[in-house]
Amino acid sequence: MPAMSMIQALRSAMDVMLERDPDVVVFGEDVGNFGGVFRCTEGLQAKYGTSRVFDTPISEGGIVGIAVGMGAYGLRPVAEIQFADYFYPASDQIVSEAARLRYRSAGDFTAPITVRMPCGGGIYGGQTHSQSPEALFTHVCGIRTVMPSNPYDAKGLLIASIENNDPVMFLEPKRLYNGPFDGHHDRPIVPWSRHPLGEVPDGYYTVPLESARVFRAGNDVTVLAYGTMVYVSEAAASETGIDAEIIDLRSVWPLDLDAIVDSVKRTRRCIVVHEATRTSGFGAELVSLVQEHCFYHLEAPVERVTGFDTPYPHAQEWVYFPSPDRVGRALQRVMEP
Amino acid sequence: MNDQRALRLHVPEPAGRPGHRTDFSYLHLSPAGEVRKPPVDTAPRATADLAYALVRVLDDDGRAVGAWAPDVDAAFLKKGLRGMIRTRVFDARMLVAQRQKKLSFYMQSLGEEAIGTAHAMALQDGDMCFPTYRQQSLLLARDDAPIVPMMCQLLSNERDPIKGRQMPVMYSFKRLGFFSISGNLATQFIQAVGWAMASAIKGDTRIASGWIGDGATAEADFHTALTFAHVYRAPVILNVVNNQWAISSFQYVAGGEQTTFAARGTGCGIASLRVDGNDFLAVYSVSRWAAERARSNLGPTLIEWITYRAGAHSTSDDPTKYRPAEDWKRFPLGDPIERLKRHMIARGVWSEADHGALQQEVEGEVVAAQKEAERSGSLADGHVFPPREMFEDVFEQMPSHLVRQRRELGI
Repeated sequence: MPAMSMIQALRSAMDVMLERDPDVVVFGEDVGNFGGVFRCTEGLQAKYGTSRVFDTPISEGGIVGIAVGMGAYGLRPVAEIQFADYFYPASDQIVSEAARLRYRSAGDFTAPITVRMPCGGGIYGGQTHSQSPEALFTHVCGIRTVMPSNPYDAKGLLIASIENNDPVMFLEPKRLYNGPFDGHHDRPIVPWSRHPLGEVPDGYYTVPLESARVFRAGNDVTVLAYGTMVYVSEAAASETGIDAEIIDLRSVWPLDLDAIVDSVKRTRRCIVVHEATRTSGFGAELVSLVQEHCFYHLEAPVERVTGFDTPYPHAQEWVYFPSPDRVGRALQRVMEP
Repeated sequence: MNDQRALRLHVPEPAGRPGHRTDFSYLHLSPAGEVRKPPVDTAPRATADLAYALVRVLDDDGRAVGAWAPDVDAAFLKKGLRGMIRTRVFDARMLVAQRQKKLSFYMQSLGEEAIGTAHAMALQDGDMCFPTYRQQSLLLARDDAPIVPMMCQLLSNERDPIKGRQMPVMYSFKRLGFFSISGNLATQFIQAVGWAMASAIKGDTRIASGWIGDGATAEADFHTALTFAHVYRAPVILNVVNNQWAISSFQYVAGGEQTTFAARGTGCGIASLRVDGNDFLAVYSVSRWAAERARSNLGPTLIEWITYRAGAHSTSDDPTKYRPAEDWKRFPLGDPIERLKRHMIARGVWSEADHGALQQEVEGEVVAAQKEAERSGSLADGHVFPPREMFEDVFEQMPSHLVRQRRELGI
């Protein structure tokens, strides 16, 4: 199997779907001739033509608005929001339109759209290029929120999202685009070509939605994570020597509750790790679900390790970013007798 | 520094208030037949004068005059008249039903019936309208008007096509080219552009028609739609229904005081016209012109329809609080039904007796439909879709969390 970065894997997913389904179209700011600021759509316009892969005006509301209209027509639009931090002008089209079109029309119209957006920090993007807004989407009924953590899942999940008939918010942790990142920002970058999950089939395959993956098997504590935090948690587990089981949610919402409950009931301890700010973050929902479904199995309070409740700072990025050290200390606390 | 004056904020006031007669000179009317008709392939910037003028066909004597007068036969006129009367009768009956508490809410389109009726007659089957909440005439003008399903939607009853999911008037009829009404204003305008772009991407022949009120043109989605429609030369008609009032806010508050809503279009590179929306023939003729442009890959057209919201905004509104009650009778563009009727009589194809008979026939049709719709119950008597339906259609396949939540109700 060829080695692919997450960027190449995402491009491969769009390539496969543009080839397979004439109703798939790809658009967004700079995605056409240029191939996107992160190069995810490079070469696709040359291959499929300007009417299927094209640039849009700088208007996130317009990008998602036309996607909803195209979805109503019967296309499967794949729209790119250049940074997740910029989706806010599209909020009405996502929350009030795409999410509820099927419901409000009793299935007369649907919005089978996929909205891709790079998210997360670790690139010195400051408060406008680092956000992780997944909890803003999970609070909205009628949309799916997905966040892959590696090239293999990125391709399989993106194909599954494009084929899905519900609107999908597809968040791509941009710090993982070129390699797994465990939070040790002072160490050399490891490329995906040297990681087993960088092996990606050329052709069509899917990774099912609502399906978590046991990223690292363990017995002592369950770590619920997604995106970049999967690798941070892995580093924390190996550095503390704690036998942690790391669940990569992959689909943030709707999610794979069985995978979470099965693991927590077995390990009897749990921490939740995400990069987004803490208060009303998705971790709150995860902690609540664990409490509702596993309370009598728990040996320790469930901990959260998250970004702080501040805007994402520029110069203090590595203070904000949940580090392996912070995750490790949480693991140690829940393991205390 | 004594010559410096204090700055003042300008807050627009309407041309009339209760107890203060409206001065309608603000409408800047053009005489019927006076405004030129450009070739269908006109350059958008060459329509700049039309965005400030007012295309009118019917004069005060009921004659169809000028370059925009369409060549239509008596059967066509009668169909249009029927569509408008059906809309007015439907509205009147549903308003009463709301007062009888059979409906939770209603929005009538009194005075605006010509716009949707004539526009629908200018479109083809397969075209898609993205309406807002006062375009029921798009549906009711059709030979196959879904009168009973519309009433079942209004009643939220067991035959409501959208299963009680939305307030009354938020219809959805895909098979009839009528997109699901949102209730969040302006969102559908950019969606219409997206639908039209999709049609062009697929090499289809169908066009889209987006609808918005004067008030909602202030939303970002309106301006976004103009930009995208121009950029991609989308096969779409962009309709602004300027009925002078957005609930209690006069159209000046939306930005109509020193310009027109049509003028927004020419600034965005879109062919734009300002048209008498109470003139059935003008609405039909301009809609045809715009549809031909769209179908010929000549791009979008923005049309501002001048009309008057004769009734309250909704059954929750009392317009006597903010505008003169007699304005509808004094509105210079008159009543669209009376104007078409006068034209047909002047042409010798219609009579008062014909009109009375048509009115009676349509009333019978609507009353019969209402009886049939009410047989399936209403929100008031509890004959609505069962509670478990509430959990359907959130997603295509119900996820496990919704199954659990439904079970919490024991259903």
